[in-house]
Amino acid sequence: MMMNNNSITPANLENIKNNLSYRAAFMLILKRDITIAFRHRDDIINPLLFFVIVVTLFPLGIGPESSTLSRIAPGIIWVAALLSTLLSLDRLFKSDHDDGSLEQMLLSPHPVFILVLAKIVAHWLLTGLPLIFIAPLLAVLLHLNENSYEALMLTLLLGTPILSLIGAIGVALTVGIKKGGVLLSLLVLPLYIPVLIFATSAIDTAAMNLPFSGQLAIIAALFFGSLTLAPFAVSAALKVSTN
Amino acid sequence: MWKWLHPYAKPEITYHFTGRLLPWFAYLTAILLSIGIVWALLFAPADYQQGDSFRIFYLHVPAASLSMGIYVGMAIAALCSLVWQLKLADASAAAMAPVGAVFTAIALITGAAWGKPMWGTWWIWDARLTSELILLFLYLGVIALHNAFEDKALAGKAAAILTLVGVINIPIIKYSVEWWNTLHQGATVSKLGKPSMTMDMFWPFVFCFLGFSLLVATIICIRFRTEILARNSMRPWVRELVEKVEG
Repeated sequence: MMMNNNSITPANLENIKNNLSYRAAFMLILKRDITIAFRHRDDIINPLLFFVIVVTLFPLGIGPESSTLSRIAPGIIWVAALLSTLLSLDRLFKSDHDDGSLEQMLLSPHPVFILVLAKIVAHWLLTGLPLIFIAPLLAVLLHLNENSYEALMLTLLLGTPILSLIGAIGVALTVGIKKGGVLLSLLVLPLYIPVLIFATSAIDTAAMNLPFSGQLAIIAALFFGSLTLAPFAVSAALKVSTN
Repeated sequence: MWKWLHPYAKPEITYHFTGRLLPWFAYLTAILLSIGIVWALLFAPADYQQGDSFRIFYLHVPAASLSMGIYVGMAIAALCSLVWQLKLADASAAAMAPVGAVFTAIALITGAAWGKPMWGTWWIWDARLTSELILLFLYLGVIALHNAFEDKALAGKAAAILTLVGVINIPIIKYSVEWWNTLHQGATVSKLGKPSMTMDMFWPFVFCFLGFSLLVATIICIRFRTEILARNSMRPWVRELVEKVEG
Protein backbone atom coordinates (compact mmCIF):
# COMPACT_ATOMS: atom_id res chain seq x y z
CA MET A 1 0.00 0.00 0.00
CA MET A 2 2.66 2.47 1.08
CA MET A 3 4.85 3.06 -1.93
CA ASN A 4 6.94 6.14 -1.31
CA ASN A 5 8.75 5.75 -4.56
CA ASN A 6 8.85 8.85 -6.69
CA SER A 7 9.70 7.20 -9.99
CA ILE A 8 6.71 5.34 -11.40
CA THR A 9 7.90 2.67 -13.76
CA PRO A 10 5.59 0.06 -15.26
CA ALA A 11 7.01 -2.53 -12.89
CA ASN A 12 6.40 -0.21 -10.02
CA LEU A 13 2.85 0.41 -11.08
CA GLU A 14 2.30 -3.31 -11.12
CA ASN A 15 3.57 -3.42 -7.56
CA ILE A 16 1.23 -0.70 -6.43
CA LYS A 17 -1.72 -2.52 -7.91
CA ASN A 18 -0.78 -5.80 -6.33
CA ASN A 19 -0.15 -4.26 -2.95
CA LEU A 20 -3.64 -2.89 -2.55
CA SER A 21 -4.43 -4.29 0.89
CA TYR A 22 -7.39 -6.57 1.53
CA ARG A 23 -9.09 -3.88 3.53
CA ALA A 24 -8.62 -1.30 0.77
CA ALA A 25 -9.95 -3.71 -1.86
CA PHE A 26 -12.94 -4.50 0.34
CA MET A 27 -13.73 -0.83 0.91
CA LEU A 28 -13.28 -0.03 -2.76
CA ILE A 29 -15.90 -2.56 -3.87
CA LEU A 30 -18.23 -1.62 -1.02
CA LYS A 31 -18.09 2.06 -1.94
CA ARG A 32 -18.49 1.34 -5.62
CA ASP A 33 -21.59 -0.81 -5.08
CA ILE A 34 -23.20 1.70 -2.74
CA THR A 35 -22.48 4.58 -5.13
CA ILE A 36 -24.02 2.68 -8.03
CA ALA A 37 -27.07 1.83 -5.95
CA PHE A 38 -27.58 5.45 -4.92
CA ARG A 39 -27.56 6.45 -8.56
CA HIS A 40 -30.40 3.99 -9.23
CA ARG A 41 -32.49 4.71 -6.17
CA ASP A 42 -35.38 2.61 -7.43
CA ASP A 43 -33.32 -0.47 -6.73
CA ILE A 44 -33.25 0.38 -3.05
CA ILE A 45 -36.78 1.68 -2.73
CA ASN A 46 -38.69 -0.91 -4.75
CA PRO A 47 -37.93 -3.97 -2.59
CA LEU A 48 -38.81 -1.87 0.45
CA LEU A 49 -42.13 -0.84 -1.08
CA PHE A 50 -42.76 -4.47 -1.95
CA PHE A 51 -42.11 -5.39 1.69
CA VAL A 52 -44.61 -2.79 2.92
CA ILE A 53 -47.28 -3.74 0.37
CA VAL A 54 -47.04 -7.47 1.01
CA VAL A 55 -47.46 -6.85 4.73
CA THR A 56 -50.50 -4.61 4.16
CA LEU A 57 -52.13 -7.30 2.02
CA PHE A 58 -52.43 -9.70 4.95
CA PRO A 59 -54.75 -7.66 7.20
CA LEU A 60 -56.93 -7.04 4.14
CA GLY A 61 -57.02 -10.71 3.23
CA ILE A 62 -57.37 -12.21 6.69
CA GLY A 63 -59.49 -9.59 8.41
CA PRO A 64 -58.56 -6.82 10.81
CA GLU A 65 -59.10 -8.57 14.19
CA SER A 66 -56.11 -7.55 16.25
CA SER A 67 -55.85 -10.88 18.10
CA THR A 68 -55.43 -12.83 14.86
CA LEU A 69 -53.02 -10.28 13.44
CA SER A 70 -50.78 -10.17 16.48
CA ARG A 71 -50.70 -13.96 16.42
CA ILE A 72 -49.43 -14.13 12.82
CA ALA A 73 -47.44 -10.87 12.71
CA PRO A 74 -43.95 -12.44 13.18
CA GLY A 75 -44.55 -14.88 10.35
CA ILE A 76 -45.90 -12.22 8.00
CA ILE A 77 -43.04 -9.80 8.62
CA TRP A 78 -40.42 -12.50 8.21
CA VAL A 79 -41.95 -14.04 5.08
CA ALA A 80 -42.27 -10.59 3.54
CA ALA A 81 -38.62 -9.92 4.43
CA LEU A 82 -37.57 -13.18 2.72
CA LEU A 83 -39.51 -12.34 -0.42
CA SER A 84 -38.29 -8.77 -0.70
CA THR A 85 -34.68 -9.91 -0.19
CA LEU A 86 -35.26 -12.48 -2.92
CA LEU A 87 -36.47 -9.76 -5.29
CA SER A 88 -33.47 -7.55 -4.64
CA LEU A 89 -30.91 -10.36 -5.00
CA ASP A 90 -30.88 -10.11 -8.76
CA ARG A 91 -29.01 -6.81 -8.52
CA LEU A 92 -26.11 -8.39 -6.67
CA PHE A 93 -24.22 -9.75 -9.68
CA LYS A 94 -26.47 -9.25 -12.70
CA SER A 95 -25.33 -5.86 -14.00
CA ASP A 96 -21.70 -6.63 -13.23
CA HIS A 97 -22.04 -9.88 -15.13
CA ASP A 98 -23.68 -8.15 -18.08
CA ASP A 99 -21.05 -5.44 -18.50
CA GLY A 100 -18.11 -7.74 -17.84
CA SER A 101 -16.80 -6.15 -14.65
CA LEU A 102 -17.51 -9.37 -12.76
CA GLU A 103 -14.95 -11.21 -14.88
CA GLN A 104 -12.41 -8.49 -14.20
CA MET A 105 -13.00 -8.92 -10.49
CA LEU A 106 -12.48 -12.66 -10.73
CA LEU A 107 -9.25 -12.07 -12.67
CA SER A 108 -7.89 -9.52 -10.19
CA PRO A 109 -5.03 -10.62 -7.92
CA HIS A 110 -7.16 -10.20 -4.81
CA PRO A 111 -8.90 -13.17 -3.26
CA VAL A 112 -12.42 -13.45 -4.65
CA PHE A 113 -13.57 -14.12 -1.09
CA ILE A 114 -12.89 -10.47 -0.11
CA LEU A 115 -14.54 -8.99 -3.18
CA VAL A 116 -17.60 -11.21 -2.88
CA LEU A 117 -17.92 -10.43 0.81
CA ALA A 118 -17.79 -6.70 0.03
CA LYS A 119 -20.57 -7.05 -2.53
CA ILE A 120 -22.71 -9.03 -0.09
CA VAL A 121 -22.14 -6.48 2.69
CA ALA A 122 -23.14 -3.71 0.28
CA HIS A 123 -26.27 -5.66 -0.62
CA TRP A 124 -27.19 -6.06 3.02
CA LEU A 125 -26.59 -2.37 3.78
CA LEU A 126 -28.90 -1.44 0.91
CA THR A 127 -31.72 -3.95 1.46
CA GLY A 128 -31.40 -5.61 4.88
CA LEU A 129 -30.77 -2.49 6.90
CA PRO A 130 -33.70 -0.40 5.52
CA LEU A 131 -35.90 -3.42 6.18
CA ILE A 132 -34.88 -3.39 9.84
CA PHE A 133 -35.68 0.32 10.12
CA ILE A 134 -39.14 -0.03 8.65
CA ALA A 135 -40.07 -3.29 10.42
CA PRO A 136 -41.18 -1.73 13.76
CA LEU A 137 -43.66 0.46 11.90
CA LEU A 138 -45.19 -2.57 10.22
CA ALA A 139 -45.18 -4.39 13.54
CA VAL A 140 -47.37 -1.58 14.93
CA LEU A 141 -49.77 -1.97 12.01
CA LEU A 142 -50.02 -5.70 12.72
CA HIS A 143 -50.51 -5.23 16.50
CA LEU A 144 -47.38 -7.23 17.33
CA ASN A 145 -47.18 -8.08 21.02
CA GLU A 146 -45.26 -5.38 22.91
CA ASN A 147 -42.80 -7.84 24.42
CA SER A 148 -41.79 -9.01 20.97
CA TYR A 149 -40.26 -5.85 19.54
CA GLU A 150 -36.81 -6.50 20.95
CA ALA A 151 -36.87 -10.06 19.58
CA LEU A 152 -38.11 -8.86 16.19
CA MET A 153 -35.30 -6.34 15.87
CA LEU A 154 -32.61 -8.74 17.08
CA THR A 155 -33.72 -11.57 14.80
CA LEU A 156 -33.88 -9.21 11.83
CA LEU A 157 -30.45 -7.80 12.67
CA LEU A 158 -28.87 -11.25 12.81
CA GLY A 159 -31.13 -12.89 10.24
CA THR A 160 -31.16 -10.54 7.25
CA PRO A 161 -27.38 -10.85 6.69
CA ILE A 162 -27.91 -14.62 6.43
CA LEU A 163 -30.51 -13.99 3.74
CA SER A 164 -28.02 -11.90 1.76
CA LEU A 165 -25.22 -14.44 2.23
CA ILE A 166 -27.21 -17.52 1.25
CA GLY A 167 -29.02 -15.64 -1.48
CA ALA A 168 -25.69 -14.66 -3.00
CA ILE A 169 -24.94 -18.36 -3.58
CA GLY A 170 -28.19 -18.73 -5.50
CA VAL A 171 -27.59 -15.61 -7.60
CA ALA A 172 -24.04 -16.64 -8.35
CA LEU A 173 -25.31 -19.98 -9.63
CA THR A 174 -28.05 -18.51 -11.82
CA VAL A 175 -26.40 -15.29 -13.03
CA GLY A 176 -25.39 -16.84 -16.34
CA ILE A 177 -28.88 -18.16 -17.11
CA LYS A 178 -31.24 -15.98 -19.10
CA LYS A 179 -34.41 -16.63 -17.13
CA GLY A 180 -32.87 -17.29 -13.76
CA GLY A 181 -35.49 -15.50 -11.64
CA VAL A 182 -37.88 -18.34 -10.86
CA LEU A 183 -35.05 -20.82 -10.59
CA LEU A 184 -33.37 -18.54 -8.06
CA SER A 185 -36.37 -18.68 -5.75
CA LEU A 186 -36.50 -22.47 -6.15
CA LEU A 187 -32.88 -22.77 -5.08
CA VAL A 188 -32.78 -20.19 -2.32
CA LEU A 189 -36.12 -20.41 -0.48
CA PRO A 190 -35.57 -23.95 0.90
CA LEU A 191 -32.27 -22.78 2.33
CA TYR A 192 -34.03 -19.83 3.99
CA ILE A 193 -36.43 -22.07 5.93
CA PRO A 194 -34.22 -22.61 9.02
CA VAL A 195 -33.80 -18.85 9.52
CA LEU A 196 -37.55 -18.36 9.22
CA ILE A 197 -38.31 -21.13 11.71
CA PHE A 198 -35.95 -19.93 14.42
CA ALA A 199 -36.68 -16.22 13.94
CA THR A 200 -40.46 -16.58 14.23
CA SER A 201 -40.08 -19.02 17.10
CA ALA A 202 -37.90 -16.47 18.93
CA ILE A 203 -40.50 -13.73 18.42
CA ASP A 204 -43.34 -16.01 19.56
CA THR A 205 -41.38 -17.01 22.65
CA ALA A 206 -40.72 -13.37 23.48
CA ALA A 207 -44.45 -12.63 23.20
CA MET A 208 -45.01 -15.14 26.02
CA ASN A 209 -42.41 -13.32 28.10
CA LEU A 210 -40.03 -16.26 28.01
CA PRO A 211 -36.29 -16.02 27.30
CA PHE A 212 -35.53 -16.40 23.59
CA SER A 213 -31.74 -16.48 23.81
CA GLY A 214 -31.67 -20.10 22.59
CA GLN A 215 -33.23 -19.33 19.23
CA LEU A 216 -31.14 -16.17 18.96
CA ALA A 217 -27.97 -18.19 19.57
CA ILE A 218 -28.92 -20.57 16.74
CA ILE A 219 -29.56 -17.65 14.37
CA ALA A 220 -26.20 -16.17 15.38
CA ALA A 221 -24.57 -19.53 14.69
CA LEU A 222 -26.24 -19.64 11.27
CA PHE A 223 -24.99 -16.11 10.65
CA PHE A 224 -21.37 -16.82 11.49
CA GLY A 225 -21.47 -20.14 9.68
CA SER A 226 -22.77 -18.57 6.49
CA LEU A 227 -20.45 -15.58 6.88
CA THR A 228 -17.41 -17.84 6.83
CA LEU A 229 -18.57 -20.44 4.32
CA ALA A 230 -20.95 -18.71 1.89
CA PRO A 231 -18.33 -16.47 0.20
CA PHE A 232 -16.34 -19.60 -0.76
CA ALA A 233 -19.42 -21.16 -2.34
CA VAL A 234 -20.22 -17.85 -4.07
CA SER A 235 -16.72 -17.57 -5.53
CA ALA A 236 -16.84 -21.14 -6.80
CA ALA A 237 -20.30 -20.55 -8.28
CA LEU A 238 -19.22 -17.31 -9.96
CA LYS A 239 -16.30 -19.10 -11.57
CA VAL A 240 -18.74 -21.68 -12.95
CA SER A 241 -21.20 -19.01 -14.13
CA THR A 242 -18.64 -16.83 -15.89
CA ASN A 243 -16.99 -19.95 -17.23
CA MET B 1 -2.81 -47.74 -4.15
CA TRP B 2 -5.54 -45.97 -6.10
CA LYS B 3 -4.12 -47.02 -9.45
CA TRP B 4 -6.75 -49.70 -10.05
CA LEU B 5 -9.34 -46.92 -10.02
CA HIS B 6 -7.80 -44.90 -12.84
CA PRO B 7 -9.16 -46.79 -15.86
CA TYR B 8 -12.73 -46.11 -14.67
CA ALA B 9 -12.29 -42.38 -15.36
CA LYS B 10 -12.72 -43.35 -18.99
CA PRO B 11 -16.42 -43.35 -19.94
CA GLU B 12 -16.16 -46.36 -22.25
CA ILE B 13 -14.67 -48.66 -19.62
CA THR B 14 -17.12 -47.53 -16.95
CA TYR B 15 -20.02 -48.01 -19.34
CA HIS B 16 -19.09 -51.64 -19.97
CA PHE B 17 -18.27 -52.25 -16.30
CA THR B 18 -21.67 -50.98 -15.16
CA GLY B 19 -23.20 -53.07 -17.93
CA ARG B 20 -21.71 -56.17 -16.30
CA LEU B 21 -22.85 -55.07 -12.83
CA LEU B 22 -26.40 -54.31 -13.87
CA PRO B 23 -27.77 -57.89 -14.14
CA TRP B 24 -26.37 -58.77 -10.69
CA PHE B 25 -28.09 -55.77 -9.16
CA ALA B 26 -31.31 -56.51 -11.01
CA TYR B 27 -31.53 -60.22 -10.08
CA LEU B 28 -30.58 -59.62 -6.46
CA THR B 29 -33.20 -56.87 -6.27
CA ALA B 30 -35.87 -59.19 -7.64
CA ILE B 31 -34.97 -62.01 -5.24
CA LEU B 32 -34.56 -59.91 -2.09
CA LEU B 33 -37.59 -57.70 -2.69
CA SER B 34 -39.93 -60.58 -3.45
CA ILE B 35 -38.81 -62.46 -0.33
CA GLY B 36 -38.85 -59.31 1.79
CA ILE B 37 -42.23 -57.99 0.69
CA VAL B 38 -44.05 -61.32 0.91
CA TRP B 39 -42.55 -62.02 4.35
CA ALA B 40 -43.27 -58.50 5.58
CA LEU B 41 -46.83 -58.21 4.32
CA LEU B 42 -48.09 -61.76 4.89
CA PHE B 43 -46.01 -63.53 7.52
CA ALA B 44 -44.51 -60.99 9.88
CA PRO B 45 -46.58 -60.69 13.09
CA ALA B 46 -48.91 -57.70 13.41
CA ASP B 47 -47.94 -54.99 15.85
CA TYR B 48 -49.64 -55.24 19.25
CA GLN B 49 -50.65 -51.57 19.15
CA GLN B 50 -50.78 -50.59 15.51
CA GLY B 51 -52.15 -53.83 14.09
CA ASP B 52 -51.58 -54.41 10.41
CA SER B 53 -51.10 -50.77 9.50
CA PHE B 54 -47.56 -50.90 10.83
CA ARG B 55 -46.61 -52.93 7.74
CA ILE B 56 -46.13 -49.72 5.75
CA PHE B 57 -43.01 -49.43 7.89
CA TYR B 58 -41.33 -51.89 5.52
CA LEU B 59 -41.67 -49.38 2.67
CA HIS B 60 -41.52 -46.11 4.60
CA VAL B 61 -38.27 -46.63 6.51
CA PRO B 62 -36.16 -47.93 3.60
CA ALA B 63 -37.45 -45.09 1.38
CA ALA B 64 -36.67 -42.48 4.01
CA SER B 65 -33.17 -43.72 4.78
CA LEU B 66 -32.41 -44.16 1.08
CA SER B 67 -33.60 -40.62 0.35
CA MET B 68 -30.86 -39.39 2.69
CA GLY B 69 -28.37 -42.00 1.53
CA ILE B 70 -28.77 -41.03 -2.11
CA TYR B 71 -28.26 -37.39 -1.19
CA VAL B 72 -25.02 -38.25 0.60
CA GLY B 73 -23.93 -40.26 -2.44
CA MET B 74 -24.79 -37.34 -4.67
CA ALA B 75 -22.81 -34.99 -2.42
CA ILE B 76 -19.76 -37.28 -2.55
CA ALA B 77 -20.03 -37.36 -6.35
CA ALA B 78 -20.39 -33.56 -6.35
CA LEU B 79 -17.26 -33.18 -4.24
CA CYS B 80 -15.33 -35.51 -6.56
CA SER B 81 -16.49 -33.57 -9.60
CA LEU B 82 -15.49 -30.22 -8.07
CA VAL B 83 -12.16 -31.29 -6.61
CA TRP B 84 -10.87 -33.77 -9.18
CA GLN B 85 -12.90 -32.49 -12.16
CA LEU B 86 -14.19 -35.98 -12.92
CA LYS B 87 -16.75 -35.81 -15.68
CA LEU B 88 -18.24 -39.17 -14.72
CA ALA B 89 -18.87 -37.92 -11.19
CA ASP B 90 -21.05 -35.22 -12.77
CA ALA B 91 -22.90 -37.83 -14.76
CA SER B 92 -23.50 -39.98 -11.68
CA ALA B 93 -24.77 -37.02 -9.65
CA ALA B 94 -27.18 -36.16 -12.47
CA ALA B 95 -28.30 -39.80 -12.52
CA MET B 96 -28.94 -39.89 -8.77
CA ALA B 97 -30.92 -36.66 -8.31
CA PRO B 98 -34.31 -37.75 -9.75
CA VAL B 99 -34.11 -41.17 -8.04
CA GLY B 100 -33.49 -39.44 -4.73
CA ALA B 101 -36.37 -37.06 -5.32
CA VAL B 102 -38.74 -39.96 -6.01
CA PHE B 103 -37.65 -41.82 -2.88
CA THR B 104 -38.10 -38.67 -0.80
CA ALA B 105 -41.60 -38.32 -2.23
CA ILE B 106 -42.32 -41.98 -1.44
CA ALA B 107 -41.12 -41.48 2.13
CA LEU B 108 -43.37 -38.43 2.53
CA ILE B 109 -46.44 -40.07 0.98
CA THR B 110 -46.15 -43.36 2.86
CA GLY B 111 -45.49 -41.33 5.99
CA ALA B 112 -48.72 -39.42 5.42
CA ALA B 113 -50.61 -42.65 4.83
CA TRP B 114 -49.18 -44.07 8.05
CA GLY B 115 -49.80 -40.87 9.98
CA LYS B 116 -53.52 -40.79 9.22
CA PRO B 117 -54.48 -43.94 11.21
CA MET B 118 -51.78 -43.51 13.88
CA TRP B 119 -51.66 -39.78 14.61
CA GLY B 120 -55.06 -38.91 13.18
CA THR B 121 -53.62 -36.49 10.65
CA TRP B 122 -52.04 -36.67 7.21
CA TRP B 123 -49.48 -34.02 7.95
CA ILE B 124 -48.09 -32.09 10.89
CA TRP B 125 -45.35 -29.48 10.90
CA ASP B 126 -43.02 -31.64 12.88
CA ALA B 127 -39.21 -31.31 12.65
CA ARG B 128 -38.65 -34.66 10.91
CA LEU B 129 -41.42 -34.10 8.37
CA THR B 130 -40.44 -30.52 7.63
CA SER B 131 -36.77 -31.31 7.14
CA GLU B 132 -37.66 -34.21 4.85
CA LEU B 133 -39.84 -31.81 2.84
CA ILE B 134 -36.88 -29.42 2.57
CA LEU B 135 -34.84 -32.36 1.28
CA LEU B 136 -37.42 -32.82 -1.49
CA PHE B 137 -37.14 -29.11 -2.37
CA LEU B 138 -33.35 -29.41 -2.44
CA TYR B 139 -33.57 -32.36 -4.82
CA LEU B 140 -35.98 -30.43 -7.06
CA GLY B 141 -33.64 -27.42 -7.00
CA VAL B 142 -30.69 -29.58 -8.05
CA ILE B 143 -32.73 -31.14 -10.87
CA ALA B 144 -33.92 -27.70 -12.00
CA LEU B 145 -30.35 -26.43 -12.02
CA HIS B 146 -29.24 -29.45 -14.06
CA ASN B 147 -31.90 -28.63 -16.64
CA ALA B 148 -31.29 -24.88 -16.67
CA PHE B 149 -27.90 -24.97 -18.40
CA GLU B 150 -27.39 -25.89 -22.02
CA ASP B 151 -23.83 -26.98 -21.31
CA LYS B 152 -23.88 -30.24 -19.30
CA ALA B 153 -20.44 -29.72 -17.78
CA LEU B 154 -21.45 -26.29 -16.50
CA ALA B 155 -24.75 -27.62 -15.20
CA GLY B 156 -22.92 -30.37 -13.35
CA LYS B 157 -20.61 -27.94 -11.57
CA ALA B 158 -23.40 -25.54 -10.62
CA ALA B 159 -25.55 -28.39 -9.31
CA ALA B 160 -22.54 -29.77 -7.44
CA ILE B 161 -22.11 -26.51 -5.52
CA LEU B 162 -25.81 -26.44 -4.63
CA THR B 163 -25.67 -30.09 -3.56
CA LEU B 164 -22.76 -29.40 -1.22
CA VAL B 165 -24.53 -26.39 0.29
CA GLY B 166 -27.60 -28.55 0.92
CA VAL B 167 -25.64 -31.27 2.77
CA ILE B 168 -26.23 -29.24 5.94
CA ASN B 169 -29.81 -30.55 5.89
CA ILE B 170 -28.83 -34.23 6.21
CA PRO B 171 -27.70 -34.23 9.87
CA ILE B 172 -30.73 -32.07 10.67
CA ILE B 173 -33.07 -34.73 9.29
CA LYS B 174 -31.16 -37.56 10.93
CA TYR B 175 -31.10 -36.05 14.40
CA SER B 176 -34.35 -34.08 14.27
CA VAL B 177 -36.09 -36.78 16.32
CA GLU B 178 -33.44 -36.43 19.02
CA TRP B 179 -32.97 -32.66 19.04
CA TRP B 180 -36.64 -31.72 19.12
CA ASN B 181 -39.62 -33.24 20.87
CA THR B 182 -41.48 -34.55 17.90
CA LEU B 183 -44.50 -36.67 17.18
CA HIS B 184 -42.36 -38.77 14.85
CA GLN B 185 -40.86 -41.68 16.75
CA GLY B 186 -37.16 -42.10 17.34
CA ALA B 187 -34.86 -44.56 15.60
CA THR B 188 -36.14 -48.12 15.69
CA VAL B 189 -33.78 -50.22 13.65
CA SER B 190 -30.50 -48.36 13.47
CA LYS B 191 -29.59 -48.83 17.12
CA LEU B 192 -26.47 -50.88 16.77
CA GLY B 193 -26.80 -54.46 17.92
CA LYS B 194 -30.19 -54.15 19.56
CA PRO B 195 -33.09 -52.95 17.41
CA SER B 196 -36.19 -52.10 19.41
CA MET B 197 -38.34 -54.67 17.67
CA THR B 198 -38.58 -58.44 17.82
CA MET B 199 -36.47 -60.52 15.48
CA ASP B 200 -39.42 -61.91 13.48
CA MET B 201 -40.32 -58.31 12.59
CA PHE B 202 -36.70 -57.28 12.10
CA TRP B 203 -35.59 -59.90 9.57
CA PRO B 204 -38.19 -59.05 6.90
CA PHE B 205 -37.05 -55.45 7.31
CA VAL B 206 -33.45 -56.44 6.56
CA PHE B 207 -34.61 -58.11 3.33
CA CYS B 208 -36.78 -55.14 2.36
CA PHE B 209 -34.06 -52.64 3.13
CA LEU B 210 -31.40 -54.49 1.13
CA GLY B 211 -33.91 -55.08 -1.66
CA PHE B 212 -34.80 -51.41 -1.95
CA SER B 213 -31.12 -50.41 -1.73
CA LEU B 214 -30.34 -52.72 -4.63
CA LEU B 215 -33.36 -51.39 -6.50
CA VAL B 216 -31.87 -47.92 -6.14
CA ALA B 217 -28.51 -49.25 -7.31
CA THR B 218 -30.18 -50.84 -10.34
CA ILE B 219 -32.09 -47.71 -11.34
CA ILE B 220 -29.09 -45.45 -10.81
CA CYS B 221 -26.95 -47.85 -12.83
CA ILE B 222 -29.38 -47.67 -15.76
CA ARG B 223 -29.65 -43.89 -15.54
CA PHE B 224 -25.88 -43.53 -15.20
CA ARG B 225 -25.33 -45.57 -18.36
CA THR B 226 -27.83 -43.42 -20.26
CA GLU B 227 -26.13 -40.27 -18.98
CA ILE B 228 -22.77 -41.56 -20.19
CA LEU B 229 -24.20 -42.31 -23.62
CA ALA B 230 -25.95 -38.93 -23.84
CA ARG B 231 -22.82 -37.03 -22.88
CA ASN B 232 -20.55 -38.99 -25.22
CA SER B 233 -22.94 -39.34 -28.13
CA MET B 234 -20.37 -37.95 -30.58
CA ARG B 235 -17.60 -40.34 -29.57
CA PRO B 236 -16.61 -43.18 -31.92
CA TRP B 237 -17.21 -45.94 -29.37
CA VAL B 238 -20.80 -44.82 -28.85
CA ARG B 239 -21.35 -44.72 -32.62
CA GLU B 240 -19.97 -48.24 -32.90
CA LEU B 241 -22.41 -49.37 -30.24
CA VAL B 242 -25.28 -47.75 -32.10
CA GLU B 243 -24.26 -49.36 -35.37
CA LYS B 244 -24.04 -52.75 -33.67
CA VAL B 245 -27.59 -52.36 -32.35
CA GLU B 246 -29.00 -51.10 -35.63
CA GLY B 247 -27.06 -53.40 -37.91
